[in-house]
Amino acid sequence: MIFNKRTSPVATGKADVSTLMQQVLYALIPGTLLLVWFFGWGMITNWVLAIGFALLFEAIMLKLRQRPIEPFLMDYSAVLTAWLLAVAMPAFSPWWLIAVAMLFAIVIAKHLYGGLGYNPFNPAMVGYAAMLVSYPVQMTIWPEPVHFSFAHIGADQAFQKVFWGINTGWDALSGATPLDAVKVNLGLHKTLEEIYASGHFGLFGGDAWAWINLAWLAGGLWMIQRKVISWHIPVALLAGLGGIATIFWLVNPQLYASPLFHLLGGAAMLGAFFIATDPVSASTTPMGKLIYAAGIGLFTYIIRTWGGYPDAIAFAVLIMNMAVPLIDYYTQPRVYGTKRGWLG
Amino acid sequence: MNKVDWAVYRDISINGLWKSNPGLVQLLGLCPLMAVTTNFVNGLGLGIATTVALVASNLAISIVRHLVREEIRIPAFVMIIAANVTLIEMLMKAYFHELYGILGIFIPLIVTNCIVIGRSEAYASKNPPLQAGFDSLMMGIGFTLVLVVLGGMRELVGNGTLFDQAHLMFGEAARGLTLSLGADYKGMLLAALPPGAFIGLGFLVALKNYVDKRKAQTVKTPQAQPIVRITPAGESA
Repeated sequence: MIFNKRTSPVATGKADVSTLMQQVLYALIPGTLLLVWFFGWGMITNWVLAIGFALLFEAIMLKLRQRPIEPFLMDYSAVLTAWLLAVAMPAFSPWWLIAVAMLFAIVIAKHLYGGLGYNPFNPAMVGYAAMLVSYPVQMTIWPEPVHFSFAHIGADQAFQKVFWGINTGWDALSGATPLDAVKVNLGLHKTLEEIYASGHFGLFGGDAWAWINLAWLAGGLWMIQRKVISWHIPVALLAGLGGIATIFWLVNPQLYASPLFHLLGGAAMLGAFFIATDPVSASTTPMGKLIYAAGIGLFTYIIRTWGGYPDAIAFAVLIMNMAVPLIDYYTQPRVYGTKRGWLG
Repeated sequence: MNKVDWAVYRDISINGLWKSNPGLVQLLGLCPLMAVTTNFVNGLGLGIATTVALVASNLAISIVRHLVREEIRIPAFVMIIAANVTLIEMLMKAYFHELYGILGIFIPLIVTNCIVIGRSEAYASKNPPLQAGFDSLMMGIGFTLVLVVLGGMRELVGNGTLFDQAHLMFGEAARGLTLSLGADYKGMLLAALPPGAFIGLGFLVALKNYVDKRKAQTVKTPQAQPIVRITPAGESA
């Protein structure tokens, strides 16, 4: 008779790092394809350069740290970091910007802290935040999203822009992201109604951006359905962001953008499903995840509305990453039969 | 007059410059280290000011060390240091006014710099003036070296220049010293901001530890090699 040697009836299937990462990568595909549709070559160069530099730095660091190169290189964690950065950075980012971003993400935020599993901060967001602080101009120039961007900007123009910084007369195509436009114009004492009327903001904050966010949402829901991530972090993050946005929007809809705009106009969906859920740097207890993610939502709104930068997912994630050890400490789930803890 | 014991001075130098370098090993005086080292010249200016304060204060403290009662030594030391720093501040105001304007509050704050009181307490209050003064000088130079290297690194990465504003210290003739990476280099703002100082100092400490480790290894290997060589062919690892 053959006994089932598995220790637990629920532990079925394969669940190692690379399988998990692979599923996250699959979930990123729809949103990335939409970005490619809207930004064309600019997103493709981002993607290829980011992954290339990430694998290069990962291999160098593994070699320096005398770790086996192949298994770590093939676990897709560096690819995921690179992919997240590629879609977070403006399309047509110059090659050196991507290289320095990946240097910060892979070398400083990941390997100097001890490699995968030991990094207290989300590597992709460290790379993004370091670049946003260092090169605010390059990091906030997004091209205007146009349908089938390949038809407007050819590969040769894109390469010239990315590798030599030469702009062959398509400046007219560059514009501000919805969040950026709202922030700048509110600073000029315009009402939201006027701002919406001036640009093509579509149904709730930038046509293209809303579609891209819905694509991230679709990928994220698929991940929850496949149990790659739990529902706690995305739900709490979106609820936190949406909740505080609703309160202020109800107080003064001319000064504070609607909750839908906040949820679909920036990087909220990408952050909620793909960035905040990083299993290494996020909180691990169920209660802790709710607190951690709600905190990210809250800080995102605060920085977007009253801070100096148009979008804030990266900063909010990094702030809450710092709080994770404390949150985990106070939210240990109750062991059956013991007294109830403070928050668990 | 006793014979001068050179070994003592050699040890003091090695300690101050490398083995217990205030910036890299004791990690003292981090506040000015972080705040001021945005460029090479600022680092050098603060380093020299700190060194002068260290030497003058600890010389004085070492001279009066038998007169000061143990119970009140800390207030007494602090008063001596404060008096010296005030003098230095006035001198800088008079002769390096522009540099003083940049370094600003960090010159009076040398009083609170842990390196100064730390050396008084740990060394000057227990040793004769000559040694105490020399120890302070070496600690000061060690600290200055870290300030200068960190300042240079941050200036180069953050601004794309080196020795910018050298005329503040060396007069008008030094204006031409400024090196530049060219107008194409877009300064990396992060390096000029406080996080850049932490990251830069982290790399310097790591580099020092790496050099120490390598040195420890190379000392060992000459002993190990002969043993490998005398084993019969084919057995050596």
